[in-house]
Amino acid sequence: MSNDTNTKREGLVNPGQDTPRRRFLRRLGLGMGAVGGAATAVPFVASMTPSARAKAAGAPVEIDISELQPGEMTTVAWRGKPVWVLRRTPEMLATLKKIEGEISDPASEKSIQPQYASNELRSAREDILVLEGVCTHLGCAPITAFDTGEESVVDKDWIGGFFCPCHGSKFDFAGRVYKGVPAPTNLPVPPHRFVTDNLIIVGEDPEESA
Amino acid sequence: MSKVVGWIDERFPLTKVLKEHVTEYYAPKNFNIWYIFGALALLCLVNQILTGIFLTMHYKPDAASAFASVEYIMRDVPFGWLIRYMHSTGASLFFVVIYLHMFRGLMYGSYRSPRELLWIIGCLIYLMLMAEAFMGYLLPWGDMSYWGAQVIISLFGAIPFIGEGLSEWIRGDFVVSDATLNRFFAFHVILLPLILAGLVYVHIVALHKVGSNNPDGIEIKANKNSAGTPRDGIPFHPYYTVKDSFFAVAFLMIFFAIVFFLPEMGGLFLEKDNFAPANILKTPPDIVPLWYFTPFYSILRAVTFLGDYSKLGGVLSMGAAIFLLFALPWLDRSPVKSIRYRGGLYKAALVIFVIAFVSLGFLGLKHPDHYDYLPFLGLKNVTWAQIYYFIYFAFFLLMPIYTKLDKTKPVPDRVRYSH
Repeated sequence: MSNDTNTKREGLVNPGQDTPRRRFLRRLGLGMGAVGGAATAVPFVASMTPSARAKAAGAPVEIDISELQPGEMTTVAWRGKPVWVLRRTPEMLATLKKIEGEISDPASEKSIQPQYASNELRSAREDILVLEGVCTHLGCAPITAFDTGEESVVDKDWIGGFFCPCHGSKFDFAGRVYKGVPAPTNLPVPPHRFVTDNLIIVGEDPEESA
Repeated sequence: MSKVVGWIDERFPLTKVLKEHVTEYYAPKNFNIWYIFGALALLCLVNQILTGIFLTMHYKPDAASAFASVEYIMRDVPFGWLIRYMHSTGASLFFVVIYLHMFRGLMYGSYRSPRELLWIIGCLIYLMLMAEAFMGYLLPWGDMSYWGAQVIISLFGAIPFIGEGLSEWIRGDFVVSDATLNRFFAFHVILLPLILAGLVYVHIVALHKVGSNNPDGIEIKANKNSAGTPRDGIPFHPYYTVKDSFFAVAFLMIFFAIVFFLPEMGGLFLEKDNFAPANILKTPPDIVPLWYFTPFYSILRAVTFLGDYSKLGGVLSMGAAIFLLFALPWLDRSPVKSIRYRGGLYKAALVIFVIAFVSLGFLGLKHPDHYDYLPFLGLKNVTWAQIYYFIYFAFFLLMPIYTKLDKTKPVPDRVRYSH
């Protein structure tokens, strides 16, 4: 191959002439080509980001909880994610204190929740827990693991809460994550407000806090 | 006929290419049964492309109609069930073949100099094949499709700073949605098959440049006769075309036995949760990827011991587990290639590695907190996964040490049929 190039070079009129200028022009040409290539990639890369329609599909949803009995949970879709509303029983609330030592972020300092749910129970109202049912590990929907003892889906010492079937993360009745499981933070509390005692809007903050 | 060939040869190097790659490509004469998997992998690729084309004629890449269109293929399209089962069975058997092909490389040192680049291209093919299988699995829009995609795309979210934006860019939405399905379809039927075909071509060109390894790990090119052909080589055609054809028929017998009698393979090839359409509110209780991903899935979820960094640690471990395959040519310091001339140290390491890899695969199918693996020992599945996690990495990271310490046997000058 190198022989070919040499022959060609010899065929040039003045092989050594203007070498720095030619080198400069060659580099400039390649550089401009690279800039042009990168600029061309922009619209194609951008076309893969969430579209205007996907961004718009985030409207708040209403949940009627008048039928929800203590210990029962309902699930609605908000922004394509499951949102849970659980009416906690006093027994469920009592478990929270007991297991504080096993919780990785008991005061929810590293977790996502609106200011009005930044408390021990992670809720605006004591009994009603509103959570995004999306595991903070890899986005699975954890399952309810309310049964304890032999019935439990987790193990026989389980005190009740939520369990992610994908990678085994465990959460208590405030969505707080246990130590020693892959999920890094507590389940997020979405923005929500009580219109009446039995009607919640998920996706909006209460007026006074906004 | 020869006139036509002559006419073409003046315009395209037809005879030259055929000689170089088929009739006068000299392959070692001592190939054993482990050397059929390259050809079988090619057969699998052809099967996937052919059946894929026909599935595309009836499938609809739309979240509202994808699941129904697959049911339509299964029930109403003439022989649609056969074409789909050939595609789904083909995917699993493709991985069976590729894993055996890679194990062959491990046994006989096929990744060693001068075949490092050949091995790297092969690893890239494996990586692309995983991407291809993963994206294809979303297309039926079953419940497992949906949640599998949700989990794997969220893996990118663990990358600091750019992770969240990156996973949104991959999904084209804030959760897996119609936009995701549509682009995965584009990648699955256009982009990745093109890349795969290109890589397979380059893999074969690289193979024919350096020549095939063999069970003795001896370079046959080092010993040539007066005509300049290797003394221990035989032409690929007809010797190995006949052998490969024979095993292709045997393989197809197994293949179609599965297609006709066991297409779901008890939930391993087609998972039961995928017979229900995607439900965005509820993850299936036993979410598991398809069996060929479970060794790496086990590694991902074995990392629970890093506190706040467990998620990132799991993702990085999974990436490292795959990356280490690429580094293999430089980790192995043994003076010999083939397992036939290695000492007990490497043989033991390889056996333990295979046990670890298969066990990780088994554990990835099971619930982390249950006790399915040697239950009488009373250890949780996740604990076993952690043990095998360390064995997996030790096999690679300690390789420079134990391959050097290993007592090897002298390698003969010429290949042997058995030993």
